[in-house]
Amino acid sequence: MIECQDISKTYVNGPNSTTVLKGVSFSIADGEFVAIMGPSGSGKSTLMNIIGALDSPTDGSYRLDDDDVSKLSDDELADIRMRKIGFVFQSFNLLRRATVLRNVMLPLVYAEVDHEERVRRARQSLIDAGLPEKWHLNKSNEISGGQMQRVAIARALVNDPSLILADEPTGNLDSRTGEIVLSTFQRLNREQGRTVVLITHELYVAEHADRIIHIKDGGILSDSKNPNKRVVHESHEDV
Amino acid sequence: MKTSDILQETYWALLSNKARSGLTVLGIVIGIGSVIAMIAIGQGAQGSIQSSIQSLGANLIIVFPGAQRGPGVQASAGRGSAQSLKLSDAEAISRLPEAKAVSPEVSSRSQVAARGTNTNTSIVGVTPSYPGVRNVEVDQGSFFTDAQQRSSEKVAIIGPSVRDDLFGAGNEPVGQVIRIKGSQFKVIGMTKAKGGSGFNNQDDQIFIPITTAQRYLTGNEYVSQIAVQANDEASMASLQSGVTSLLLQRHNIGDAASADFSTMNQADIVAAASSVTGTFTLLLGSVAGISLIVGGIGIMNMMLTTVTERTREIGLRKAIGAKKRDISLQFLAESVALTFLGGFLGILLGGLISWAVARFGNIASSVSASSVLLAFGVSAGIGVIFGYWPARRAAGLNPIEALRYE
Repeated sequence: MIECQDISKTYVNGPNSTTVLKGVSFSIADGEFVAIMGPSGSGKSTLMNIIGALDSPTDGSYRLDDDDVSKLSDDELADIRMRKIGFVFQSFNLLRRATVLRNVMLPLVYAEVDHEERVRRARQSLIDAGLPEKWHLNKSNEISGGQMQRVAIARALVNDPSLILADEPTGNLDSRTGEIVLSTFQRLNREQGRTVVLITHELYVAEHADRIIHIKDGGILSDSKNPNKRVVHESHEDV
Repeated sequence: MKTSDILQETYWALLSNKARSGLTVLGIVIGIGSVIAMIAIGQGAQGSIQSSIQSLGANLIIVFPGAQRGPGVQASAGRGSAQSLKLSDAEAISRLPEAKAVSPEVSSRSQVAARGTNTNTSIVGVTPSYPGVRNVEVDQGSFFTDAQQRSSEKVAIIGPSVRDDLFGAGNEPVGQVIRIKGSQFKVIGMTKAKGGSGFNNQDDQIFIPITTAQRYLTGNEYVSQIAVQANDEASMASLQSGVTSLLLQRHNIGDAASADFSTMNQADIVAAASSVTGTFTLLLGSVAGISLIVGGIGIMNMMLTTVTERTREIGLRKAIGAKKRDISLQFLAESVALTFLGGFLGILLGGLISWAVARFGNIASSVSASSVLLAFGVSAGIGVIFGYWPARRAAGLNPIEALRYE
């Protein structure tokens, strides 16, 4: 459950200050698949950073489940991210020389989970993200871009987060592979009831979600159900 | 983050950049290795100098003619050149209760010839008590007797180096004749090699009766020094003051400050030599220490580069829940691991160098446990000191900017 109440963010740089978000309010229920869409400079990245507990709003309140995330210290935010948020980035951000499995286990290192439990959960997450077992011990720079993004999705799933936050997850992929990755999010949302927030500047990508929040100039332009949701059926062989 | 995970991450991180890690470690290896080797050589030299001073005799007080000198500052031109001590002074000293034995001596340097060869060596006029006081042992033949001294016989006991120079190594010297300043001396004995080296080769000496030396070599009744042996270490101080007051009285000097002789305690000589070699060790050690600091700067340089290169990785780790402490511990562990590895290899290298110096350079050296411990402590300390700033920098990165870093 995400509740944003009048969130604003102002960056102060010497005598100049820039207001990037101007009182944004919305809420996302558990199990929703929402796209936050807007052109670059609209404030969507700042919004994503706040939702992802990477940054705190200047004003307003942000509640994630029962935690008020808007006024926490850096380490408390890190704790929230560890327990409740799974990130998927445009550029995957995998550890290049490490194996697929080790990449997925990384969040559990900081959660201080036992080794056997780590391996078990990481393998399960990889299967959930659609990467068959034969790839689990490959180095993460030996696999294709689509597979890399699946590893990143598995890494986001492994700590069983309340929220999966995907920042332009298809930006570095060709449209076919991008579509398969989007269908993976749809499947996780449909079958496991995962809450997914997708940040994108492309309408086409946003149309894979159930609901689209349109951001422009630091405010919400529109927030409505997506009437023409694109549904793709993924097949593992294609990745 | 568990300790085992930190170690594992460190292992992976260092292994992923073997060449760079190896070169950085090399800097520490050289630094620690040279510190260990230099301290070993310095301490070895100190030990050998002290033992060679001890081999001059035990519990000695040496009386020199001339003015008082400070410990260690000893101009050799002054020694024996002043004329104030006589054989009768030595006899008077021998009657002091604390004096176990007294050995006056007259020394000079002279050309010595035998069978067409010649050498320049030190001629020492001594009494029969000399071997006992100065730890000199006779290897072949015998030392001269009281009777030979009283009658100023021209007999000589030569050192092994003199034998090698005049007769060749291995040849029988006893019974040969040598010429010193135009007088013929009969060789009646040879001393055992002491292996003295450095400041004063005790094997390159010729001993003759002191009365003979005064008559044929110096032509006067003065002596160059008087060595007095105390009964034991505890009576050294009272012996020294006893000798001083006795000689002041005999020379009719009221004020001790204007004494025409000086006394030197063997402990003072050892202390002086120790302070010289101590300074020497410190000098060597600090030069080596500088290379250790350079190695440490190498570590810092590598860690800063690593932090910059891995900015995105740090951003990712923070995004998935790493706290500041986790990040700084991880990078600190990397630098400490590097210095520990370097310290370990450096101790091996230092031990090898000091072994090689002892084996091939004939300089005594010993690696002490304390220097190994010091090296390990210092290397760990360097890891923490030079790794702290890069680690702090990594921990302080803003995750949003770090993730966006190109």
